Amino acid sequence: LNTTLESYIDKNKLPLPFCPGCGHNTIVEKLNIALVKLQLDPKKVVLVSDIGCNGLSDKYFNTNAFHGLHGRSVTYATGMKLANPELHVIVLIGDGGCGIGGNHLIHAARRNIGITVLVFNNFNYGMTGGEHSVTTPQRMKTTTTPFGHIEQPFDICQTVSVNGAGFVARTTTFDENFSDLIVEAISHDGFSLVDIWELCTAYFVPKNKFTRKTLNETLKELDFSQGVIQQTSRTEYSRAYRCLYGKGISQPELPIGKLVTKFESKLSTPLRIIIIGAAGMKIISAATIFNYGAILAGLWTSQRNDYPVTVKSGFSLSEVILSPQEVVFTGISKPDVLLILFPEGLEKGKPYMDRMTKDDILYINADLLPISTRAKTVPLKFSKGKKRYWALASLAKVLRHAGIYPLNALKEAVALHTKFADEYTAILEADRELVRIA
Amino acid sequence: MMRELLNGSEAIVRGAIDSGCNFFAGYPITPATPILLHMLNEIPKVGGVAIQAEDEIASIGMCIGAVMAGSKAMTATSGPGISLYSESIGLAIMAEIPLVIVDCQRMGPATGAATTGAQSDTQFLRWGTSGGFPVIVLAPINILDCYRLTRHAFNLAERYRVPVFIATDKEMVATAITVECGSFPEILKKERRVVPEQEEFVPYRIKESSEVPAMSSIGGPHIVRMTTSSHDEHGYLTKSPEVLNHLNRHLNEKIEKFVNEIVLTRADLDAGAETLLISYGVTAQSMFAAVELARRQGLLISALGVETLWPVPERAIRDAMQEVKKIIVPELNSGLYRREIECLARPQQEVIGINRVDGELITPEEILEKGLAPS
Repeated sequence: LNTTLESYIDKNKLPLPFCPGCGHNTIVEKLNIALVKLQLDPKKVVLVSDIGCNGLSDKYFNTNAFHGLHGRSVTYATGMKLANPELHVIVLIGDGGCGIGGNHLIHAARRNIGITVLVFNNFNYGMTGGEHSVTTPQRMKTTTTPFGHIEQPFDICQTVSVNGAGFVARTTTFDENFSDLIVEAISHDGFSLVDIWELCTAYFVPKNKFTRKTLNETLKELDFSQGVIQQTSRTEYSRAYRCLYGKGISQPELPIGKLVTKFESKLSTPLRIIIIGAAGMKIISAATIFNYGAILAGLWTSQRNDYPVTVKSGFSLSEVILSPQEVVFTGISKPDVLLILFPEGLEKGKPYMDRMTKDDILYINADLLPISTRAKTVPLKFSKGKKRYWALASLAKVLRHAGIYPLNALKEAVALHTKFADEYTAILEADRELVRIA
Repeated sequence: MMRELLNGSEAIVRGAIDSGCNFFAGYPITPATPILLHMLNEIPKVGGVAIQAEDEIASIGMCIGAVMAGSKAMTATSGPGISLYSESIGLAIMAEIPLVIVDCQRMGPATGAATTGAQSDTQFLRWGTSGGFPVIVLAPINILDCYRLTRHAFNLAERYRVPVFIATDKEMVATAITVECGSFPEILKKERRVVPEQEEFVPYRIKESSEVPAMSSIGGPHIVRMTTSSHDEHGYLTKSPEVLNHLNRHLNEKIEKFVNEIVLTRADLDAGAETLLISYGVTAQSMFAAVELARRQGLLISALGVETLWPVPERAIRDAMQEVKKIIVPELNSGLYRREIECLARPQQEVIGINRVDGELITPEEILEKGLAPS
């Protein structure tokens, strides 16, 4: 900055709206002192405030500000820092926000995203009427704990510390020098948090005869230390991200998937093929390669897949439409050709088999016979083992048996457009041994 | 002829990248996960940031923060994730954050059927947050439309400063078709309207109620203040009846007054047809295939594909149904959009739904059967 800023507070907007004796007055004052000490460009500073009385404080600062939803301030702050790492992002959150948004706090700490969180911690909800919060100490009375609080208070500092926060400190508004802790927190290159204990003179003080003395006694009783609790030097997340994923580290473009027509197909009307097998048996991959072959042969295709929520168990299905024209509707109710390779696919295939007519062809693993269908049934015998190649070998067999498009198109699809070209080429060379018509 | 096999998620991601999207945050959920995976790969290539957040609430929160800092952002989820986005959708409406949200719909309430497509969120996307204020919802009919409507979604988000949804589903994001390489339509990229450095910036200052204020990025040339609360032009909390009235009317009018500029439909009308089919998303694929079948039989039939579900393209719908006796609305739900059509139909016009909720697609044959049945 060219000139020295004497205050980051807009004096025209004063006085602050907080109750007499409320700790928020002190936190706002100390944050201003910290900003003056740091002399940051106000245009590079953003205060992200949360719900509760503390959320009224950003208005008084001559910096950027965003006032967001309860407990979510850390998420907006993270987005801002990721988008523009030059920003000094300061979250103003209450103990309520730390409850409802506790998850975000943990993960921001773990990520070590370079934001500073200032917790206005007065052990209750001052704005909504003095209800208990996650930091209310045991035995204390609030409007929602009229006979005293039973739950143990949330240790914000330890929670973020054990999860990798870069800088963590605890203080009270009675500490004359806590603006220095705020300076340290903002200066820290990584996630930083200052848990600031204070008095809510509207509710918590009168309900519990709570004073500076009892506040300090509570800290002692809980064995909560003050001052800097943790300081580490892990790399800040937005920097780490740009180092690892930044521009210039783009992956090489694979030629896979860009297909130039060089074969011909005699197909004159759309052909609907469904292949059903078992999960993990490369059904969908084989259908994709089969589609690539069709595209090389000048056909238009579609592929619609279906599978249960499980990954390596249950059925796996691909519906493929090959057509001399562009495909408009990608669904199939009755296939012209159906392949059922594994027992897992039998139940799924049944409705299709019921709908098929004598003009349709069913290729089915002979071990699954007998079945009832009007379709012309072609039993397939597989040599044992290499089950993961049955799908591709079967589709090659269909091409040999039923035509559709040249087998060489499939071979080229395998050779030029798959990641495992050698492996698959070998399968196509050996498909006669792997699968034969019984 | 160079061709490729392209699925809906790839088309959406290419649309986003070509729109200048440089921020993505998402959380894995079937069937939206492929978009997260593609974005994690593609965004670093354009110098942006893509991240898997700890949950859906953080995903959309990070996007909102990134937009305020100058990014163009997108997130993607499925119905259960939209439930978690709800409060932040409201925030984006109130704070006027341009944002693109992809909903890859799946069937049913709650966890529902994760790998089964459906058009479950047709009304939910419009009414899914408190307050009742408008958003924009686009529904691609086919895979090339996934690209085209994603481009429109980014433009609309910038123009109107609202969350714009792409309502798609498992049937689109996980289904692939052959496309000609380079066949994506050219669409002019709309850049964010920002206040120049030398001009005064008042975050929410507008002259007319339907006007959309220009932005300035946090970290840029101005001091910026935005808020999720009811606010005056400076972004300060207010209870002034006059200011609240102005704000709430503005949030409605900035969309309502421009419906005809926002909406996109695809009409294929036969003069003299007695039946009009109206549908959207994947069921509109079946609808247009049914039209082809009917015409091959020498029959007259009209169809209207609705690409902008919200705001409802009332004029286009009214125009299309002017001459017909019967209106058929196929949907993969119990009739969620049919109620919008019924509102617009004349009393003597019959509005009939074709509805499947069993996870199977509605076929062109099913539509034709209903469409041609005597009323």
